[in-house]
Amino acid sequence: MKLRRVFWGALIVFGLLVVVWAALVAREFATSALPANTDKFAVTATQIERGEYLARIGNCAGCHTARGGEPYAGGRAVDTPFGAVYAGNLTPDRATGIGDWSSDAFYRALHEGRSRDGRMLYPAFPYPNFTQVTREDSDAIYAYLMNRVAPVHRVNTAHALTFPYDSSLALAMWRLLYFKPASLQVDTSQSAAWQRGAYLVQGLAHCGACHSTRNALGAPLAGHAYDGAMMPLNDWYAPSLTARDEASVADWPLQDIARWLQSGTSPQGAAFGPMAEIVFQSTQYLSNDDALAMATYLKALPVTRGVAFKPSPQTVSSGHTAAADRGSALYKEHCASCHGKDGEGKAGAYPALAGNRTVLMANTTNLYRVVLSGGFAPATAGNPQPHGMPPFYHLLGDDDLTALLNYVRSAWGNNAPAITTLDLIHYRDALRSTQH
Amino acid sequence: MRSLSQCAAALAAGLFFATTAAQATGTTDLSERLAACTACHGKEGRTINAEYLPRIAGKPAGYLYNQLQNFRDGRRNNAAMSHLLQPLSDSYLREIAAYFSALDLPYPPPVASKATVDELRHGEALVLRGDASRKLPACSQCHGTPLTGVTPAIPGLLGLPAAYMSAQLGAWRAGQRKAQTPDCMGEMAKSLTQADINAVAAWLAAQPMPSSSKPITALPTPLPLKCGGVPQ
Repeated sequence: MKLRRVFWGALIVFGLLVVVWAALVAREFATSALPANTDKFAVTATQIERGEYLARIGNCAGCHTARGGEPYAGGRAVDTPFGAVYAGNLTPDRATGIGDWSSDAFYRALHEGRSRDGRMLYPAFPYPNFTQVTREDSDAIYAYLMNRVAPVHRVNTAHALTFPYDSSLALAMWRLLYFKPASLQVDTSQSAAWQRGAYLVQGLAHCGACHSTRNALGAPLAGHAYDGAMMPLNDWYAPSLTARDEASVADWPLQDIARWLQSGTSPQGAAFGPMAEIVFQSTQYLSNDDALAMATYLKALPVTRGVAFKPSPQTVSSGHTAAADRGSALYKEHCASCHGKDGEGKAGAYPALAGNRTVLMANTTNLYRVVLSGGFAPATAGNPQPHGMPPFYHLLGDDDLTALLNYVRSAWGNNAPAITTLDLIHYRDALRSTQH
Repeated sequence: MRSLSQCAAALAAGLFFATTAAQATGTTDLSERLAACTACHGKEGRTINAEYLPRIAGKPAGYLYNQLQNFRDGRRNNAAMSHLLQPLSDSYLREIAAYFSALDLPYPPPVASKATVDELRHGEALVLRGDASRKLPACSQCHGTPLTGVTPAIPGLLGLPAAYMSAQLGAWRAGQRKAQTPDCMGEMAKSLTQADINAVAAWLAAQPMPSSSKPITALPTPLPLKCGGVPQ
C-alpha cells in the first residue's frame, strides 16, 4: 500500500518535471522575429573603422568567408562532431544576407544566438562566447558589415548535421542545458589590462571555442576551461592553455606572448596548423594594447596540471637498439641540417626540439601532423617571410617515422614515452579520411 | 668533363639569378625558408622524373604566383599544397614565385616515350597546329612556338612528365582544377577527349628542351581566348 503511494508520488513529480521542461523548451521556440532594418542606425566613420578591427579580432571572416570566396558571403563548412554547419552570408544583401537586419537583430544574434526571424542558431557560431560582446562593439561590427562589405547574393547553404542533432528540439534542449545569455562578469580586483584581456579571450576572440575541453554533447566541461581539446575532425589538438607541459604561457615574459599573438612567432616557438591560420586571419591585427591585454589574461590563467620540462640524463645512447640507431641516422639525414645535431634549433628560424612541448606532449596528434603535413608559420607584418617545415607524408614510411620520432622524443634529455607504429598508422588513416 | 663544367656554370648562373631575385624583392635569400617546397619539388625546385610533381624552377613568376594563390584559395585541389599555403600572404607568395622563377637550371633530356607512333603524331598535330575542324587552337598559339611559355603568366609545356601533364589536363576537363575566371584552360580541356589528352601529354614529354628554356616575352598574335590571371 505504502509502496503504491511512493510510486504515484514519484510519477507525479516526474510528470511535473516533464511539463516544466516542455514549457521551457516551448519558450525556446516562442521567440519572435524582429522587424526589418529601418535604416535609422546612425553610423560614424570611427565606428566603422572600429568595427572592421573588431570583426578581425573576432575572426568573423575565418568562418563567414569561404576559401577563395567573396568576403563575408558565407558558405564555409564548420566541421563539428555532429556534422557540418555552414556559415551564413553576412554581407548586406537584403534577400540572402543581413541587409534586412537591424542593429537590434544583430546584437540579439551575438547575445542570444538567434537569427532575425527568431530561429535558434547552432552554437558552432560561438555565441556562448559572443554573448559577452558589448552592445557598443556589436553595433560597431554591424556598422562595418553594413557599410563596408559589398552585398553578395548567395543563398545560405543548408547544414548537414546528423540525426538527432539536426532537429530544433535537440537544439532547444541543448540551449536549456548549456546556454544562458550573459555579460562579462568583471573582476574589479584585477588590472584594467587583465579585464580587457578577459573580455577578448572569453568573448570576442572566443579562444575557448577550440581550447576548452567539451563534453559528449559539445558543451564546455565545467572546470576545464582552456584545458585543451581535440579539433572536430581529430586531425589537430588545441593544446591546454592551463597545462605547463602543453601550451600554458604562465612562464613566458608578457612581451613574448603579445609578440607571438601579433607576429606568430617568439623566442619560445611559432604558431602552426590551425593556430597559424588564426594568427594570419585575426590576432596579427591586434593593437599593441589589446595584444598585451590578452597576454596578461592568458599568462594569469591558473596552471592546473603538468610540470615544466627538466632534461633527463641521456638515455638514448645507452640503449643502442637497432630502432634507436635507425632513428638517429634518419634524424641526421632529414632533420639535423635545420633543427641542429643536438636538437638545439636556430633562433628565429627553426624551433629547438630539445625540450619542445609539441614533441614531448602526451597527446601526439600535433607532432604527427607537423611531421606528416609540414607547415609554415603565418606570414605577418612581424614575420613576413616565415620558414616552412617540409611534409614527410610521402618521404618516410611508418616504421621509419616511428623510429625517428622515438629518437627525437628521447634524445638530448627529452624523456617522453615511446610511440608505436600502430599509433602512427591510425593517425595517418584518420588524416587520409579528412583529406579525401 | 665538359658537361661537368657546363653544370657548374649553370649552377653559378642559378645562384646569380637567385641573388638578383632576392635583391629585386629587397629581401633575404629564401632558399632556407622554403624547405617545405623543395622537399617534394626537388632541391632548387627542379624535380626530375617524379611522375606527379612538377618542376617549378624557371617557370614564369606570374604563373607560379597564380598557382600558389589557386591552391591557397581552393581553385586547385591538393590537400598537401593548400595546407602549406593557408597562412601565407599574397606578398610572400609573390616572393616565393619570384624566387623559383629566377632559378635558371639545366633540364635533363626527355624520357623515351611509351606511346605509339600514331599517338605521338596525333599529339604533335594538336600541339603545333590544333584542329580547325574542331575549333581547337594549337597549344603553341598561347604557350609560344618554342613551347617554353610566355612571361609573365603562361607556363611552358616542356620538361614535365607525361603522367603529370595528362593528370592536369584531365583534372581541368573534369572541373577539378580551375584558374581565375575566365578559365580559358578549363574551356580548352573540356573540348579535348581523353585520347587527345594522352597524345598531347606523351608528345610534349618526349620533346627536348630548346637551347633557351626561358619563356618568351611576347606572342605574335593576341590570345584566341580570354584568360583570367593573364594580362591581356
